[in-house]
Amino acid sequence: MSKIANAFKNGKAFIGFVTGGDPSLTKTEEFVLKMAQSGADLIEIGVPFSDPIAEGPVIQRANLRALAAGTTMNKIFETVAKIREKTEVPLVLLTYLNPVFHYGYADFFERCQQVGVDGVIIPDLPYEERAEVKSRSGEVDIISLIAPTSDARIAQIAQNASGFLYIVSSLGVTGVRSEIKTDIKELFAAVRRETGLPAAVGFGIHTPEQAGEIARIADGVIVGSAIVKLIEEYGETAGPHIEEYVREMKAAIG
Amino acid sequence: MNNGRFGEFGGQYIPETLMNEIHNLEQAYEFYKNDPTFNAQMDQLLREYAGRPSLLYRAEKLTKMWGGARIYLKREDLNHTGSHKINNVLGQALLAKRMGKTRIIAETGAGQHGVAAATAAALLDLECEIFMGREDTRRQALNVYRMELLGAKVNAVTSGTETLKDAVNETMREWVSRAADTHYVLGSVMGPHPFPTMVRDFQAVISREARTQILALEGKLPTAVMACVGGGSNAMGMFYHFIPDQNVRLIGCEAAGRGIHTPQNAATIANGEIGVFHGMKSYFCQDSEGQIAPVYSISAGLDYPGIGPEHAHLYKTGRAQYVPVTDDEAVAAFELLARTEGIICAVESAHAVAYAQKIVPGMSGDDSVILCLSGRGDKDVAAIARYRGVDIHE
Repeated sequence: MSKIANAFKNGKAFIGFVTGGDPSLTKTEEFVLKMAQSGADLIEIGVPFSDPIAEGPVIQRANLRALAAGTTMNKIFETVAKIREKTEVPLVLLTYLNPVFHYGYADFFERCQQVGVDGVIIPDLPYEERAEVKSRSGEVDIISLIAPTSDARIAQIAQNASGFLYIVSSLGVTGVRSEIKTDIKELFAAVRRETGLPAAVGFGIHTPEQAGEIARIADGVIVGSAIVKLIEEYGETAGPHIEEYVREMKAAIG
Repeated sequence: MNNGRFGEFGGQYIPETLMNEIHNLEQAYEFYKNDPTFNAQMDQLLREYAGRPSLLYRAEKLTKMWGGARIYLKREDLNHTGSHKINNVLGQALLAKRMGKTRIIAETGAGQHGVAAATAAALLDLECEIFMGREDTRRQALNVYRMELLGAKVNAVTSGTETLKDAVNETMREWVSRAADTHYVLGSVMGPHPFPTMVRDFQAVISREARTQILALEGKLPTAVMACVGGGSNAMGMFYHFIPDQNVRLIGCEAAGRGIHTPQNAATIANGEIGVFHGMKSYFCQDSEGQIAPVYSISAGLDYPGIGPEHAHLYKTGRAQYVPVTDDEAVAAFELLARTEGIICAVESAHAVAYAQKIVPGMSGDDSVILCLSGRGDKDVAAIARYRGVDIHE
């Protein structure tokens, strides 16, 4: 069994995201460890891609910074291996399909298992196309996404999910939103009717108030752009700011 | 073909948020493509608004000059809005109306597809927003103003390389945000299913007409049909009804920019590898990490790092052949066609003319060749002048 279930064992889960290699992989290692120490229950590391079509401007810019810094898939694997020497926190890679396809599905998932990646989120791999990946993913969970528009698709996606379910809070791309208009309660209930797997909500969440509200409904809260924004603002010295932010968010959902 | 696959290529690699919308589109298209009322309206628009059928013009002077096969030009440049793009946008805009959409969005490179989409939107009372790389809005300022004249809003895309692929990214992002009232009028035979099939069907009018026209003029099928390829919509339209005719050579001409051995080209088949991007599995220009490569061509319409999945399949199975043509060769062919036949064609189309010049002299007088002139070249005059070191202002 993967370690992902552990993330949801101690109450509501806080899931943090950083783009691997932004501003450097040494810093990614530091930021991930700091998040784990400050209470993050699961951490997503983004594999930078030239054309991240599901991302808003904040994470798009992080992707460009990470690529300019020379980040590669192998270097991310090496970083995960280093992180794994120091923490057991569940780790998930978020990557677009092409870098995985190019690496070779079998090799990619073999490396994931070697270094200790527990799951993979692929935003441009919908349910219908995942067979080609799933047949090679071994022990690594392919995390499924549920959107506000998923409707009748929820049943098949949820029933065949593994690890946890990523509920997309809003239409559109990643990035902070002042208001989440989707009826999260209804969406979460629809997922819960189909599976007992934990389900966390992401896209647009940035304040402790929002996080607290979501956590009253769902099993976890996913925060990406708000953390990446701190890295954009503070660069190399973002560590303490991330630590403080994660602690505050974790307290709000506690 | 099944589920939008052409062999291993194609598919629907898009975010979950769009899946229901793309399935709705698929169902609507499957229904309306067989609907007599829809087809009658489409035929009427093509005939009375776009000016179809387009001419199959026998280029006597070019034929004489090259001394090989008889050359025919399929004159898509004479369509309303000046290119083949109108065939597709009229179809998709009509479909959008039937689906109850009130707004269309579209990407554009050179601006031909954007102008066509804005035109269809004006005619059919749809709101229209165009996404165009900021770099392209500078290169094609006149087309930006043209789209605005037609009532469209033009958004300059500042992400990535600020060209066509980034315009596609941004239009996809917009569609993920707002699909309930909005249809994405994709401009080429690319993207997730059903776009490659649907756009090909709307463009197939080119070869449907051309096949009948050449049989009437020559009494037999051509030796080869040729077209330029970026995403590949005019080429797919030009090839489609000739695919079963095994003796007809299908030749797609890619943009080799400053040469396929330089970093500045957009020759996807010559230099690309199989990958998954923009909703489809196909060939893409990419680096050793699977990052999509920046591409270059003098022609903004061919300046795209991928190729439609049906082309990928035609290439892999050997049915069609794809050849690289450089900026230099295309510009020379652009000038040649202007001087010999009095036709200023799009610099995109000039890529096909340039390759014809290489192979036609080796053919016999019994042979005939059709070149698809996908668009007219007014938009390129300033760029060609700059290429030749002449400083003129649009």
